[in-house]
Amino acid sequence: MSVDISQFHQVFFEESFEGLEVMETGLLQLGVGEPDLEAINTIFRAAHSIKGGGGTFGFTAISEFTHVMETLLDEMRAGKRLVTREAVDVLLEGVDRLRGLLGSARDGTAADVEEIATTGRRLEHLLNGQQADAVASAAAAAAEAVETHGWRVRFVPAPHLFQTGNDPARLLRELTSLGPCRVDCDIARLPDGADFDPETCYLSWTIELDHDVPEAAVREVFEWVDNDAEILITPLASEVAPAATAAPAALAAVPDAPERRSGEDRRHDESRRQGESKQAATASTSSIRVDIDKVDALINMVGELVITQSMLSQLAADFDPSLIEKLQSGIGQLERNTRELQESVMSIRMMPISFSFNRFPRLVRDLSAKLGKQINLKMAGENTELDKTVLEKIGDPLVHLVRNALDHGIEAPEVRMANGKSAAGTLTLNAFHEGSNIVIEIIDDGAGLDRDRILAKARERGIVGEHETLSDEQIFDLIFAPGFSTAAVVSDVSGRGVGMDVVKRNIKDLGGVVEVESTAGKGSVFRIRLPLTLAILDGQLVRVGEEVYIISLVSIIESLQVKPEAVSSVAGQSELYRLRDEYLPIVRLYDLFDVKPDSENLRDGLLVIVEAEGRKVGLFVDDLLGQQQVVIKSLQTNFRRVDGISGATILGDGKVAMILDTAGLIQLCRTQYQPSKPWQPERQVA
Amino acid sequence: MASILAVDDSASMRQMVTFTLKGAGYDVIEAVDGQDALSKARGKQADIVLTDVNMPNMDGIQLIRELRKMPQYKFTPMLLLTTESAAEKKAEGKAAGATGWLVKPFNPDQLLATLKKVLS
Repeated sequence: MSVDISQFHQVFFEESFEGLEVMETGLLQLGVGEPDLEAINTIFRAAHSIKGGGGTFGFTAISEFTHVMETLLDEMRAGKRLVTREAVDVLLEGVDRLRGLLGSARDGTAADVEEIATTGRRLEHLLNGQQADAVASAAAAAAEAVETHGWRVRFVPAPHLFQTGNDPARLLRELTSLGPCRVDCDIARLPDGADFDPETCYLSWTIELDHDVPEAAVREVFEWVDNDAEILITPLASEVAPAATAAPAALAAVPDAPERRSGEDRRHDESRRQGESKQAATASTSSIRVDIDKVDALINMVGELVITQSMLSQLAADFDPSLIEKLQSGIGQLERNTRELQESVMSIRMMPISFSFNRFPRLVRDLSAKLGKQINLKMAGENTELDKTVLEKIGDPLVHLVRNALDHGIEAPEVRMANGKSAAGTLTLNAFHEGSNIVIEIIDDGAGLDRDRILAKARERGIVGEHETLSDEQIFDLIFAPGFSTAAVVSDVSGRGVGMDVVKRNIKDLGGVVEVESTAGKGSVFRIRLPLTLAILDGQLVRVGEEVYIISLVSIIESLQVKPEAVSSVAGQSELYRLRDEYLPIVRLYDLFDVKPDSENLRDGLLVIVEAEGRKVGLFVDDLLGQQQVVIKSLQTNFRRVDGISGATILGDGKVAMILDTAGLIQLCRTQYQPSKPWQPERQVA
Repeated sequence: MASILAVDDSASMRQMVTFTLKGAGYDVIEAVDGQDALSKARGKQADIVLTDVNMPNMDGIQLIRELRKMPQYKFTPMLLLTTESAAEKKAEGKAAGATGWLVKPFNPDQLLATLKKVLS
């Protein structure tokens, strides 16, 4: 049978990358000079698995590279080698190279041969100490074959041979497969019936193999029983007797290995198996690997279920009154079930943020050494879960923010000391849930953002007008402008001004926001707020004429009835609404989407104040409907991209409703939207 | 057909072994480590045990030691799946009661050939 083992590659890659994470985390925690044996063991096991898998699945380079690392680790756990800083560094470098090797094996790209060879040499050097790396291969020369006419094998098994699971019959059969044999069975050790123990091996054999095979081949047959039998192999004299045919008869004399179980026993086991497997299941289900496509299909199905449920709810609204109570309670249950099902299905996609946080100990270690800073990394809330897709996409922005904090935020030790701070700075990564959002904070106790320098730079670049006054919040937000950098020196860590805008865009693409808080001399907090999932949204349903739109609840600040005296029109163009001390542009949704409203008079409808990216607008709608969770369907996949719309969903009555993209709408109204009928203040009309 | 208890903490190795064995018509009981294997082996009879050596919770050698204490596993062939570098592991495994070993890396055909050797 031939098995295509390439089908297991994906799993191998996944588990190997996980293994590398384990190795890296373990190596970083490894105390120099005081090795924690269990920690080394864990690292060793991960390396060992990668090596074994690499060999099995045909990735020789991976397997060979890991072999050296494994040997080093093996010596460390056996106490034959000290855990030095140098060793940990080289092993960490090895982890990086392995990651590269695995990546290129997975993607079918070329690996950086030179880099790998360099690290390989470092590992070898570490392993062999000062010795030359030449390994004597004298042993191989000794194994030269001797010409013979066959072999005589004296095979005296130890009495306990059966208890190693070895069967002399199997060994003899294997030997006969090498060539014709004459087998003599020695029964001298057999006791009388009364003393006979069926679990003991009493027999021994002399076998003459009349065939010219290498001695190694004969030895190999007995490889497994080397220590459980006396084995003497001598070359046969050239005047050997003709091949015997007695072998089968002799074989028949060999007692079968004892303890063949009866059918009844097996049936008995079968009935007990059920209970056993249940117990075993709980032990092995701590984690599962699920194909993301399957999960997506499941989520889609649940989405449909949510729709059915809301359809039923609507049906119940005008149902025969006599049955209504029953129906309502049934629907209540369906609603509960649906929510539970939805939550459990969503949780399949949820992964702890530690998957993303785990890379930071290494990053901080490397960077702080490079920058000559002392940094303590603290992490909290690593078990906070979020959607896998969100998790994957937030990785790069997080790295960027952490690099920035290390490079620009935390000061050099002497600067810190001069300012009365501890020499070592602290970087804290924190994650927690807040409503249906996850909040990730990157906190440093460094110098804080330089408000004046940012403002000066922004003025210099013309981003901010000469006499414009901005709040701290608005000033800090400037660092996310494209091409904006105040770094005095551009280092290779950060400071090129590329990135912060990308960070913000990436977070925005995930439906999240990033805020900055900063106090000069005390430090900064970058706070990222993300939806837990990209598949479901907490929405406010609003009505404009016949149409229903959905606004994400997180972007709504408040909804209010329009006070006519608070509306003003600027140069007959855009309308502004004065809300406390702010002037907000009014966006008439009916105008923007060209639908017929109930009324065009602002007094008859409502203003929904929404905020995105620090800007607020008032959306004019006819009415607020309910709030509900909606399943987001992509408009882009099913139709095409539409500005101001982030997606669509299906409502309980089967109608399609558009989900408004608040940030997009604000952008749209700044650039394109011109109200067709500017507001005429009433007192002028009157 | 014979049933085989296959123990390995690496999911890819486990899948490969299981797929190969099932394809050849064997019944396979999978376990992720020694501890898991021990609980799955209790009260039922595997005809062969194939186990990795280095595993968390309980390694393959301790597993064999524990299995050999159970009456129904006293004579069962148990093979260690091990790497060549671990020569002393082989001796340790033998002392614990292992029947033999299969050196990693191995391919599906080698695995089946070894099993046939032990079973027939």
